[in-house]
Amino acid sequence: MSESELRLTSQLENSEQPSDWLKSPHVELKNVTFSRGDRLIYDNMSMIFPKGKVTAIMGPSGIGKTTLLRLIGGQLYPDSGEILVNGHNIPSLSRSELYKVRETMSMLFQSGALFTEMTVFDNVAFPIREHTKLPEDIIRTMVLMKLEAVGLRGAHSLMPNELSGGMARRAALARSIALDPELIMYDEPFVGQDPISMGVLVRLIRDLNQSLNLSSIVVSHDVTEVMSIADYIYIVADKRVIGHGTKEQLLASESPLVQQFLRGESDGPVPFHYNAQPIKQDLMQD
Amino acid sequence: MTSRKFEIMVGFFVALGIAALIFLALNVASAGVTGSGQTYNLYAKFDNIGGLKVRSAVKVGGVVIGRVEEITLDPVDYAPIAKLAIDSRYNNFPDTSSLSILTSGLLGEQYLGLEPGFIDETVEILGEGGFIEDTKSALVLEELIGQFLFSQGNHD
Amino acid sequence: MDWLQNLGKGTLSSFAAIGRATYLLFGALFGGKPNFKKAFPLLIKQIHVVGVQSLVLILVSGLFIGMVLALQGYTVLIDYGAEDSLGPMVSLALLRELGPVVTALLFAGRAGSALTAEIGLMKATEQLTSLEMMAVDPLRRIVAPRFWAGVISMPLLAIMFSSVGILGGHIVGVEWLGVDQGSFWSIMQASVDFTDDILNGVIKSIVFAFVVTWIALFRGYDAVPTSEGISQATTQTVVQASLAVLGLDFVLTALMFGN
Repeated sequence: MSESELRLTSQLENSEQPSDWLKSPHVELKNVTFSRGDRLIYDNMSMIFPKGKVTAIMGPSGIGKTTLLRLIGGQLYPDSGEILVNGHNIPSLSRSELYKVRETMSMLFQSGALFTEMTVFDNVAFPIREHTKLPEDIIRTMVLMKLEAVGLRGAHSLMPNELSGGMARRAALARSIALDPELIMYDEPFVGQDPISMGVLVRLIRDLNQSLNLSSIVVSHDVTEVMSIADYIYIVADKRVIGHGTKEQLLASESPLVQQFLRGESDGPVPFHYNAQPIKQDLMQD
Repeated sequence: MTSRKFEIMVGFFVALGIAALIFLALNVASAGVTGSGQTYNLYAKFDNIGGLKVRSAVKVGGVVIGRVEEITLDPVDYAPIAKLAIDSRYNNFPDTSSLSILTSGLLGEQYLGLEPGFIDETVEILGEGGFIEDTKSALVLEELIGQFLFSQGNHD
Repeated sequence: MDWLQNLGKGTLSSFAAIGRATYLLFGALFGGKPNFKKAFPLLIKQIHVVGVQSLVLILVSGLFIGMVLALQGYTVLIDYGAEDSLGPMVSLALLRELGPVVTALLFAGRAGSALTAEIGLMKATEQLTSLEMMAVDPLRRIVAPRFWAGVISMPLLAIMFSSVGILGGHIVGVEWLGVDQGSFWSIMQASVDFTDDILNGVIKSIVFAFVVTWIALFRGYDAVPTSEGISQATTQTVVQASLAVLGLDFVLTALMFGN
């Protein structure tokens, strides 16, 4: 599927009722406040991540987008508010309950976070071996199928340090879908990728979402790529959600902040990072 | 298979460690009587124990058969009493046996030398808690020198 | 007022670190139910890394220390005509002190720093976080096998260190300087006691292993996940582990041989 086709399909889906999606949330943040030390990161923020859709979180660098994923994964605890994953309130779960919920989600880290002392094959097999008692030949089949899905079946015997950045991220993606999770969180999947691997990743995220029918949360500030795959988009800045909706709704938004953010893409030569207003606000935050 | 290699190496490592421990136990520590075997206790009263210490050896003809386990003072006559732990393999000493405090070499450690006595019908064999009557106290070098000087003085 | 504040701050942060280290240890030892079938291969692998790979270092150091002890001891003892006591001097010094202590110091430098750097890097490359997100407890999966590997390996290494050192003492004392072989070994055997000397040395070594491995793992786990943070953590491991070993050695010696 080419990128224009992708955009078309996403537009077709958008012609369903996006407001219905919000009624079946996979993950929901209710009035979450989070601060690190004295610094307030999120102020009373609420978000809904619909089931079976690709939801993107965009925003300028340094506003703690990754922190949001860690909150959902239960690695950080909010100061107040609820984080519901499939109806489980993450901050109130016991350790073993949290681990149960985590088995249904997985996260693709910025660095890939492959285990450096294992081959690609063992990396992908790792979660299967940890959580199931399947015989080795079934594990082998599963692993090879996952690697096939990301196009790395031929690389199964390589060590992570022999992989290029893009391949490492794809291998990590294969690992994160090894146990067929219901939710995948992508932390800046497009950062530092060449255009080809970027295209491959965009296609993979879209394809996986459709073929496995899972919910995806993509954290990124690459407007083009996000616009091409996300069903629903949140723009976060200044400790809160400054705009959300489908691509069309956002493009039609009247908020100057949102427009500025999105125009970063169409204006081309002026990336949004250097716009005066967000920077000024960032400075005023500190 | 790498895990097999690891297992063999670790097995080798542990075996080497155990071999070293056995080497230490058998060749470096005294192979004879240690605190570990079966022992029985004997008691002996001395006038002066000199430099005898807890854990000093008890020897018969130079062979270690036990150790001094405890040294106490008799509350009545203030004579030191040694409690000995003797290997149960050597359980045939008559109560006519004698015990003397000896020194290994001129400046060496002091130990107990046990001299087995004669056996006839009237003599009993020492068992647990037995008491050795015939003891010779330690030679105290300073006293010897003192006596020597004194006798020299008398000649004048 | 500033120094008072710094004192308070330092005290508080040390207590916080002790708390985190205790949490780490308890999490590694008692968190969740153990799965021996899965844990055993991990343990084997770590014993290989921590123990087997330190073997050559320990054996060579032990040999040299034993030889030096014999040489130095001989020059002093010969003045008193007591060179027959070379055997007990070398063996008691090794078994009671040098074996456990030097092994622990070398272990801290060789295996401890490596453990810290490895775990620190795992943290920096998000491998630990990624384990957590896979619902695998990194304390049990990463920290526990390394901890047990250290606690098992170091006493074995210390025993080997002492044995090789005594052999080194024999080489120098008997083969080279001409101390009588019979008296070297027999006087050694007469003065070394299995429980009091060998076993106490092993107990010391187990305590050191516990402390050194714990410090190394904690420093790695608690490292600031940057290259500077990891290099600092590695240095801290070696410094703190060495100080802890020497300090504890005094305490243990006082308890064991003090009366």
